[in-house]
Amino acid sequence: MFYRQAGDFKTTYRDDIQTFPLKQDRWGYYIVLAIAFLVVPFFINDYWTSAVMLPFLIYAIASLGLNILTGYCGQVSLGTGGFLAVGAYACYKIMTAFPDLNIFIVVLLSGVITAAVGMLFGIPSLRIKGFYLAVATLAAQFFLVWLFNKVPWFYNNSASGQISAPERSMFGFAVTGPNADAPVRYLFCLTFLVLLAWVARNLTRGRLGRSWMAIRDMDIAAEIIGVNPLKSKLSAFAVSSFFIGVAGALFFSVYLGAVEVGEAFGITQSFLVLFMIIIGGLGSIFGSFAGAAFLVLVPVLLKNIMVNWLGWPTDIAVHIEFMVVGGLIVLFLIAEPHGLAQLWRLAKDKFLLWPFPH
Amino acid sequence: MNYGTKMASGIEPGAELLRIENISLSFGGVKALTDVSFDIQRGEVRAIIGPNGAGKSSMLNVINGFYHPQVGEVWYCGEKRKGIKPHQIAHQGIARTFQNIALFKGMSTLDNIMTGRSTHMSANMLSQAIWRGAAEKEEIKNRRYVEEIIDFLEIQSIRKTPVGRLPYGLQKRVELGRALAAEPVLLLLDEPMAGMNVEEKEDMSRFILDVQSEFGTTIAIIEHDMGVVMDISDRLVVLDYGKKIGDGTPEEIRNNQAVIDAYLGVPHE
Repeated sequence: MFYRQAGDFKTTYRDDIQTFPLKQDRWGYYIVLAIAFLVVPFFINDYWTSAVMLPFLIYAIASLGLNILTGYCGQVSLGTGGFLAVGAYACYKIMTAFPDLNIFIVVLLSGVITAAVGMLFGIPSLRIKGFYLAVATLAAQFFLVWLFNKVPWFYNNSASGQISAPERSMFGFAVTGPNADAPVRYLFCLTFLVLLAWVARNLTRGRLGRSWMAIRDMDIAAEIIGVNPLKSKLSAFAVSSFFIGVAGALFFSVYLGAVEVGEAFGITQSFLVLFMIIIGGLGSIFGSFAGAAFLVLVPVLLKNIMVNWLGWPTDIAVHIEFMVVGGLIVLFLIAEPHGLAQLWRLAKDKFLLWPFPH
Repeated sequence: MNYGTKMASGIEPGAELLRIENISLSFGGVKALTDVSFDIQRGEVRAIIGPNGAGKSSMLNVINGFYHPQVGEVWYCGEKRKGIKPHQIAHQGIARTFQNIALFKGMSTLDNIMTGRSTHMSANMLSQAIWRGAAEKEEIKNRRYVEEIIDFLEIQSIRKTPVGRLPYGLQKRVELGRALAAEPVLLLLDEPMAGMNVEEKEDMSRFILDVQSEFGTTIAIIEHDMGVVMDISDRLVVLDYGKKIGDGTPEEIRNNQAVIDAYLGVPHE
């Protein structure tokens, strides 16, 4: 009744192919953007930034990246952790080698470097598919982590083997380092997320996105219709790795500040991001957000309920948290294999007809 | 106009568009095609018929570059083809449909047909990422063409439906639309009417003839329904066990003793 398509006519193709064809969706999106940029920064504190907002924003970027590769192009990757590490170490090396370079550009450059590395590890995809490709990307995961551990040049020979982000600022506000304020860090990551989500949407709705999906759905037919499989697969690896590289750079410089590669970018990260896109919805931009939100928020929520509210000991809470989150993932996959994005779509379809479904 | 249209622009209707010369193709010890030669003239409907396993689909796969014959040559637009990939052949203006539907199941009808336009789109990755400007303009221009095809095939109502949900007959039609979207010079149809009822076959025959007359497309078609094939094709090639046993107009094929024996069946006394 309140949410409806009726009367929302499109008279040009341009109107028809916009991201939010429904006026109400469009306004909803503007309102969310306005709140995220203009309201949240004034209320956010250190706890919310570190525990909820930054992980959500950064994992959303990584999920977008992996979703482009796995959800849109159908190439399963277990190398996400390794590519996050490439982004982080590229960021660190650029930050320390060019101290005057703007942090925004540093993060973008880290993405570009990761894109190049991703393309390199994407070359096997031209020959192998499915599980075999997953195993090949797994090799990337272990090789990259090993490399960053083994070669001291990557961590500038520091004694601890860790890398830590020096202070860099933008418009006079510290973005990285110990003096960075919560709202600044939040806004910095949010800007990247909004920009990259917009890019992801643009890429996936045009020729390139269609060629990715065509490769995913039926690679032989795609090739015969004129899609170059080499170009589309490698471009998917490049774009995906760019996103993941940016996420890795932010993860290291803005979120954690100091990382040790084996701990921060292990295989668990690869699986975490993969779970995010599976739960959120493969081949959906919204799904990347929903999956990241789900897997970041649910553990925080459970911990708050069990430790702060019920007063249980922390160690028990952590174990129960594992079990509950794992159970929820299984439950989701059985109930809705297409993820939260599909649930959202179904809910919207229902709501369009409500309250007169017939 | 894309590369394929340009390439074929010198070929007049009735002149030779594609020539198959002494093609032999085998998989290990199995001979799929043995010393087959024929030509396809611009603007005609050329049927390839033969019993099951005669090598018809292999022939199409040779034409669009999916199989590489061990012996023989393919001449297209007066040029001898040298080892090129299927997607490059698509750029030369050859499109096809498949015997078993090969649509992109997760995408809508519109997106499927738009994918067929990829040989006409060239916006680079950066302009696509920014979208506003070149990429959007190109998208809208091609969308206009795709909408014409949607009109032509009368599938307006399923424009935004994911093709996986469509019934078989409509999927076949969408697949034809995807091939047509490429504005092909040569359209290869692999059993476009398999599994259809009479009414659907009539529709499909009408679409094929309309494509030929409206767009001037050359069509090579594989079909088992003799009534349809004899009606809509200008010339036929008959294959049996990988060998060519007949070549000519429907009238000639009807009276060809080898074809009658091998394929249409010897009448019982």
